[in-house]
Amino acid sequence: MSANRLSPGWGYAAATRWFVAGAAAALLASDLAVTSLHPWADLERLLAGLIHPDFPAVEVRSIVYTVAFAILGVSLGAGAGFVLAIPFARVRSLRLACAGLRAVHELFWALLLMQVFGLSATTGVLAIALPYAGICAKVYSEIIEEADLSALRVLPEGTGAVSAFAYARLPEVAGAIRHYTLYRFECALRSTLVLGFIGLPTMGFHLESAFRQGRYAEAGALLLTFYALIGSRRLWMRLSTLPVLLVASVLALPRTVGATDWLANLGRLLGHDLVPAPLRSGALGDPETWGRFWLWLRPILTQQILPGAVETLVLAQVALVATAFGALLLFPLASRRFAGPVGQPFGRVLLVVVRATPEYMLAYVLLQLLGPSMLPAILALTIHNAGIVGYLMGRHADGLAYRADAPAGLNLYSYETLPRLYGQFLAYLLYRWELILRESAIFGILGVATLGFYVDAAISELRLDVAALLIAATALLTMLVDALSRALRRSLRLTDLPTRLSAPLPGSAAADGRAAR
Amino acid sequence: MLRRTLSRSLLVGLGCLALAGSAGGQGSAKPAFVFTGIPDQDESRLVERFGKVATYLEGKLGVPVTYIPVKNYPAAVTAFTNGQVQLAWFGGFTGVQARRAAPGAQAIAQGAEDAAFRTYLIANTGTGLTRSADFPKGIAGKTFTFGARASTSGRLMPEYFIRAAFPGKTPEEVFARVGFSGDHSRTIQLVQSGAFAVGAVDYSVWDLDSKAGKVDPKAVGIIWESPPFPDYQWTVRGDVDAIYGAGFTERLKAALIGITDPAILAPFARSKFIPVTNAAYEPVERVARSTGLLD
Repeated sequence: MSANRLSPGWGYAAATRWFVAGAAAALLASDLAVTSLHPWADLERLLAGLIHPDFPAVEVRSIVYTVAFAILGVSLGAGAGFVLAIPFARVRSLRLACAGLRAVHELFWALLLMQVFGLSATTGVLAIALPYAGICAKVYSEIIEEADLSALRVLPEGTGAVSAFAYARLPEVAGAIRHYTLYRFECALRSTLVLGFIGLPTMGFHLESAFRQGRYAEAGALLLTFYALIGSRRLWMRLSTLPVLLVASVLALPRTVGATDWLANLGRLLGHDLVPAPLRSGALGDPETWGRFWLWLRPILTQQILPGAVETLVLAQVALVATAFGALLLFPLASRRFAGPVGQPFGRVLLVVVRATPEYMLAYVLLQLLGPSMLPAILALTIHNAGIVGYLMGRHADGLAYRADAPAGLNLYSYETLPRLYGQFLAYLLYRWELILRESAIFGILGVATLGFYVDAAISELRLDVAALLIAATALLTMLVDALSRALRRSLRLTDLPTRLSAPLPGSAAADGRAAR
Repeated sequence: MLRRTLSRSLLVGLGCLALAGSAGGQGSAKPAFVFTGIPDQDESRLVERFGKVATYLEGKLGVPVTYIPVKNYPAAVTAFTNGQVQLAWFGGFTGVQARRAAPGAQAIAQGAEDAAFRTYLIANTGTGLTRSADFPKGIAGKTFTFGARASTSGRLMPEYFIRAAFPGKTPEEVFARVGFSGDHSRTIQLVQSGAFAVGAVDYSVWDLDSKAGKVDPKAVGIIWESPPFPDYQWTVRGDVDAIYGAGFTERLKAALIGITDPAILAPFARSKFIPVTNAAYEPVERVARSTGLLD
């Protein structure tokens, strides 16, 4: 440990070796078969669909719903997050609650909320708002903690806490918070799209149908529309347009088809469905009830949670290291220094498109093309995350100050750029570790045997108590990895490096560090 | 600057909201009658068949009738148990699930063919497996795909027959790989493409997809036909009479049984609908218990 402190370079190398070795071991345990006999034929048809998109087939309402869900979800989540951010640093239980909120994936939230609110706008908006409140509370609180305190110190004595916050703190952090919040809309658009895959009326609903039935021209049109939506976000999603967009979103929300008595449903969910089956009937004071509870719990632990967690970790570790290699290969494409003034814009567009593609959808498509195994899941996670990290690293590479006689090409890359950026590179990857794990678990719904696989089974069998337990286990695993990643970043002294939006990159006004979640 | 923009836009926003609130005041009097169906095959066929049923029922019942599409089997069951839909076209097992979770719900009509429904085991011709009357034990060690997890003809019954043919073994132990395709049309595609060697499929979807020219007989064929079991049915919630008036359940049942239009029946691959009761699905419930899908 003390050696790490003395020489961060040594720690970088050791950390890298441990992760690569872990991924290599995980690779041995993973199933990489391509079971489909004609993967290329389908891929060709998919690409043909992108080249000849069928725009008239796109359901315009689904685009409106996608945007409306994202806007309302983020607004609610960010609003709640802001209120929670103020006591966040002081209240431990609040920090835990927020960690729990954000460790549960939007899709899992949606599956639970559907039990209460049905297939409705409420389900869609809350599925975004709940995890985003947890994320925003944490990030806003970090921004507030990092802020310059000099204004606070010169306030006259007796200034109230609210006034002090509003006049001395808020102005310092408003810019960073606004920037981060607007960025979350991009993430929310991706999340909303994915919610369509389980039945909410967003673009994902139609994308799923189109992919499933091989209507690739329609899928291509939907995808291109979605990229245009993400690409133009900065034009239409501003602080000044937000209130109008908010109201328009409320008006545009789809009417719920049929009515659900949500209070009764919530009561049934909390009072019956989520209560472990053996505890529903038996007296809680009776030791026999707890005996039956253990008989119920044990097979879930040994046959679902344990293998599911192992498989989730295997997938996440392989994907993390594959992301690292991918990012190292890709980042020169997004850097002017390496790709030149002509190549760099193309590289950037490519990486932005890649990052705009939700991993879940990518995995869905790849599973259709390659057949069921872990390979499509690894590829999906790698492509998406390598795009993000590569894009950010490319910007850092251009932000470095090089000597006039610096070498070029491979020599510059391996002897100067990469060594100088390696700490930053590790910081990004360690940050993405938790996100990759969270996503690995959810891929189980698509058929890879990670924790989501068992959640899907439990929900199919209407065993919501088991599903809730599995989701809680997933959240716990995510929080563990998050804590581990934090500890590693601390010991490698990477904590001051940017991993999120609010910390500007060198030489860029609109920096986005916490790109894409 | 920032504050001025904010407060100005906030004002505009509030104004719009007030307008919206006053506009949305008038609601409709009678709640629409909503139904769904398990998404067991190609969505275009589902939209076609349920669209026709919605129009037909609206004419017969005198209330607005809406079909709400769902993406998977449990979503259909959830929509039924949380009261979002009042009627659903369930499979044998999903019907049992729904009626257990929503007390008072009744199975009211099934297709004439559903009293003795069947599962086909199908195999990629590359496996060399051919059709036999006895259970094809040669499928052991191959890759195998079920339909949806909660499917009766695509999961529950085939799993039951597999467990009977290989005593003491779960499907995961019998096969090299076990998958859940999600629906029957997809199962046929996966076995046809070779992604899975063997699969279990609903015989009526196989017939529909064969007629639609989606099955290549050179690539995939039937290797076994299961013994009969009860399957699909229309199930209605117990509270509809209270909402839509006394006798509504009986009128609905009569309307469903009275469907004679071949244009409605053809996309279902059913000759007609006949009356049925919950008791008809006791065998399905027993099988579900024996395979551990039900407590």
